[in-house]
Amino acid sequence: MTRYLTALGRATLDTLSSIGRAGLFLVQSIFCLPSREGFHLWLRQMHFVGVMSVAIVLVSGLFIGMVLALQGFTILVGFGADEALGQMVALSLVRELAPVVAALLFAGRAGSALTAEIGLMKATEQLTSMEMIGVDPLRRIVAPRLWAGFVSLPILTVIFGVVGIWGGYLVGVEWLGVYAGSYWSNMQDSVNFFDDVLNGMVKSLVFGLVVTWIAVFQGYDLIPTSEGISRATTRTVVYASLAVLGLDFVLTALMFGDLG
Amino acid sequence: MDDPIMVEVKDLHFSRGNTDIFRGVDLQIPLGKITAIMGPSGTGKTTLLKLIGGQLAPDRGQILIDGQDVHKLSRRSLFKLRRRMGMLFQSGALFSDLDVFENVAFPLRIHTELPNAMIRDIVLMKLQAVGLRGARHLMPSELSGGMARRVALARAVALDPDLVLYDEPFVGQDPISMGVLVQLIKKVNLALGLTAIVVSHDIKETLSIADYVYIIADGRVMAHGTPQTLDVNDDAHVKQFVHGEPDGPVPFHYPAPDFFDDILAPAGQFS
Repeated sequence: MTRYLTALGRATLDTLSSIGRAGLFLVQSIFCLPSREGFHLWLRQMHFVGVMSVAIVLVSGLFIGMVLALQGFTILVGFGADEALGQMVALSLVRELAPVVAALLFAGRAGSALTAEIGLMKATEQLTSMEMIGVDPLRRIVAPRLWAGFVSLPILTVIFGVVGIWGGYLVGVEWLGVYAGSYWSNMQDSVNFFDDVLNGMVKSLVFGLVVTWIAVFQGYDLIPTSEGISRATTRTVVYASLAVLGLDFVLTALMFGDLG
Repeated sequence: MDDPIMVEVKDLHFSRGNTDIFRGVDLQIPLGKITAIMGPSGTGKTTLLKLIGGQLAPDRGQILIDGQDVHKLSRRSLFKLRRRMGMLFQSGALFSDLDVFENVAFPLRIHTELPNAMIRDIVLMKLQAVGLRGARHLMPSELSGGMARRVALARAVALDPDLVLYDEPFVGQDPISMGVLVQLIKKVNLALGLTAIVVSHDIKETLSIADYVYIIADGRVMAHGTPQTLDVNDDAHVKQFVHGEPDGPVPFHYPAPDFFDDILAPAGQFS
């Protein structure tokens, strides 16, 4: 019994100290002011983190929009409400699916790569040598990646939403024969810029910060061995995915909880 | 030692978990000289370099570099102090996304406002000194271990630092690369007049270039002196280490129960 209590206490202390380290890490790195050199580093990371995630976001957004239209049509047509297909596709994507699925894809593609990259730098003493040269790795390595993730995920979310709506159009209008005018006009009438689009963007900003924070912290804090890198990469994907899903509920409750 | 002191370690205590690494280490590193810190594997030599570089904090004691207490400096002041230091890592620790030229140019680009033409000249001079001017366009993944360490040496002295820390510079090198590195460390020290701390357990090579030697074991300084005085030291620990004897005060065997008891233990009592 005592052994279990000791183990529980140790695990709790480890978790608390890890959260504390992660918090300090975020504060120290996010306030690194961008210099001209920092801007170039950030641009390079925007390419690595953002541009290189566009393909996976495009393909996923297209298929999710198409599936949404197909499923939505089979339900709505039973009520004679197939004109509302555009509204259903757009609201589902803008409020929920675009921010959440883009963030999950981002965690899997860019998050895991960030953890592995920073972890390998740590294992090969590149971070230590940078410190010894008098360069703060938080400023040079972590901050550009953190900001790149924070900025690029909302952009990827917009791309996801736009392509998803177009995918819904392809299936709903071009294939299943929903009237194009009602697809677009119902969407235009029901989607509110502030309530829906802006709230979706706020979600993706929060997800961008949290996913990238988890990814860079796991890379920076890992045990510098091959096993350590493998575990940290897995942890990034698991923690980031769970954080996105959990935060999505909290944010949805805050944003839309009083509508009913 | 009458030379002025560049680095002073006073009553250094450091532990990891329940293991004491250092239990009251005192060192004085003279200015402009090569000082070797030697000792068996696992005695914390690399840890000592990390403590001197401010990457680890001691439990007790002080480390003064040029009179400044490394562990009382703010993060900004510590990074400023590190600009006067170079470090050669055991693995080379070259930045894998930059080629040889850019690796050596890195500290110059970060810490100076020199024009590109001048940075190019300085980098080529440093690479010429380590014999790798022709390899400037290679990526770190294309270098052999010895070449990577020579590039790392060129990078460590790119800013003409006052103090260079060498972490096991000879480990895993073939005889030619090892000879080249020994020569280079000595030449760089003489040419730039810098203070060098060489952490190593390669006795012959290190003693051939060191002006002063500290031998560390069991968390303390076991002996210190010039290479000549250590060579004739009668202490059993020092003799075993300096002459590379397999058994002595540092036992060959890891602590274990009696061999025969272990062999004859009945089945089911294996552990």
